[in-house]
Amino acid sequence: MSQNTTASSYNYAYLDEQTKRMIRRALLKAVAIPGYQVPFAGREMPMPYGWGTGGVQVTATVIGPSDTLKVIDQGSDDTTNAVSIRQFFEKTADIDTTEKTKEATVIQTRHRIPEEALTEGQILVYQVPIPEPLRFLEPRETETRKMHALEEYGLMHVKLYEDISRHGHIATTYAYPVKVNGRYVMDPSPTPKFDNPKMDNCAALQLFGAGREKRIYAIPPYTKVQSLDFEDHPFEIQSWDQDCALCGSTDSFLDEVILDDKGNRMFVCSDSDYCQSRRDDSISPPVEHSLAQASQMQSVNSEASK
Amino acid sequence: MTSSNQTRSPEQALLSVKDLAMMYGNRIGCQNISFDLRPGEVLGIVGESGSGKSTLLNCISAQLKPTFGSVSYHTRHDGEQNLFEDMSEPERRFLMRTDWAFVHQNPRDGLRMGVSAGANIGERLMAVGWRHYGNIRDTATDWLGKVEISTERLDDLPSTFSGGMQQRLQIARNLVTAPRLVFMDEPTGGLDVSVQAKLLDLLRGLVQNLGLSVVIVTHDLAVARLLSHRLMVMKSGHVVESGLTDQVLDDPQDPYTQLLVSSILQS
Repeated sequence: MSQNTTASSYNYAYLDEQTKRMIRRALLKAVAIPGYQVPFAGREMPMPYGWGTGGVQVTATVIGPSDTLKVIDQGSDDTTNAVSIRQFFEKTADIDTTEKTKEATVIQTRHRIPEEALTEGQILVYQVPIPEPLRFLEPRETETRKMHALEEYGLMHVKLYEDISRHGHIATTYAYPVKVNGRYVMDPSPTPKFDNPKMDNCAALQLFGAGREKRIYAIPPYTKVQSLDFEDHPFEIQSWDQDCALCGSTDSFLDEVILDDKGNRMFVCSDSDYCQSRRDDSISPPVEHSLAQASQMQSVNSEASK
Repeated sequence: MTSSNQTRSPEQALLSVKDLAMMYGNRIGCQNISFDLRPGEVLGIVGESGSGKSTLLNCISAQLKPTFGSVSYHTRHDGEQNLFEDMSEPERRFLMRTDWAFVHQNPRDGLRMGVSAGANIGERLMAVGWRHYGNIRDTATDWLGKVEISTERLDDLPSTFSGGMQQRLQIARNLVTAPRLVFMDEPTGGLDVSVQAKLLDLLRGLVQNLGLSVVIVTHDLAVARLLSHRLMVMKSGHVVESGLTDQVLDDPQDPYTQLLVSSILQS
């Protein structure tokens, strides 16, 4: 399909201008009240709920022809969700896309924050399935709204208490609740808690879109984001007793890759761009498997973990 | 009375209700109700179902805004405050989870069934800012003991508890923040007689030891006789008789109270 036919069939970036204005108003409010969930009239998108309809609407609203887009899914640039959303915007928004975190101006993500530190001027767009952090403890929307309004967040700690009493430690590993700017408790979407510290005082603007639940929330640049914990059970991020088998990274989030049915496995970076750029930079990566096989395994694994 | 050694301070009332009325459209929920509750006092409200007992309880516990009249509470820091005029909703909600307690008839209404007994007891503590897991757990263990539940059950879900244990857990969960005023709506309803007796014993002990003020709604005169110092008898939304418990039950003046008292099987 050529750009011309696309341009005449759809408005720029798929959404009509009125919708974009509506979403921009919601975004402005969200940025003004960090962590507060702003309702918006979410549209039907040409993809099923759960595939990033909220994130796509936010991206479509903030993107312009001069932007460079990167889309990641579980840290990887080449999984189905990432590829199809990237193609969607290539077709409808006439933009450049990239896999390099550094070069991107807008990054839409599902489940991960890139390992490389984000910079001023970048926008990180999250796809959010369930925006309400209190939802599984308090099913009534009227009640959770009141709890947010009155800052009654004791219930969030009940969940963490229950974790410790059952597992001996805080077993919540993703969607780990955070307090934004000392006020609103927020669900950072299902990112691993490994990424929580990256949200704190981040130079980039972070926008969250939940398509099915029709909520938008945001963290402006350089905002305090604090993970909830107990004094005697402080917040901790995951750690691995191995390094990345491909690039040797010791400080990135690792995926476990099953190599065969004999129990062999390897750990590799979940952020494929980070891993690749480290390998490009170094001359002798510590690998025992062939690179081609390993990176093939990596994408297969990301695919499988969906 | 067993609690005669208690300091019955003649000073200010803890809870003061004046000319309270609650209308449901043209229908009367309760009307013309005035009383004072002093610190350490247990007030029983008895009457048949539909007599407005629960409506009254909901009004004075700030869960329902009365149509007329006022409810004032003597707060720890700001003195006497009208619940609906002087206090904002956040303040009322704060009061409800710190200085007040509400024991529901059905423990399922008062408990969080999806989390363990320990988390249930700890919830109020965490709501008032406790952030030390060990301390919360120790306090929860302590309270589980006080309501005579084996401390081994700390990490069990309330749904694995018997009805009587659930009710005791609900009481522990409510009393953990050392409230001064406790509202109880038929706390022994739905329990068999032996469990009822045990629960009443426990309640009486707690009320006495902690010096709680209690408003207890019940249709069971035996419960009222055992727990309450003063009694209010309600019928069709009105108070028909009130006074000391023994006085009202042994020498009822109002025809309805006489009927109520005589309808109990003498044992």
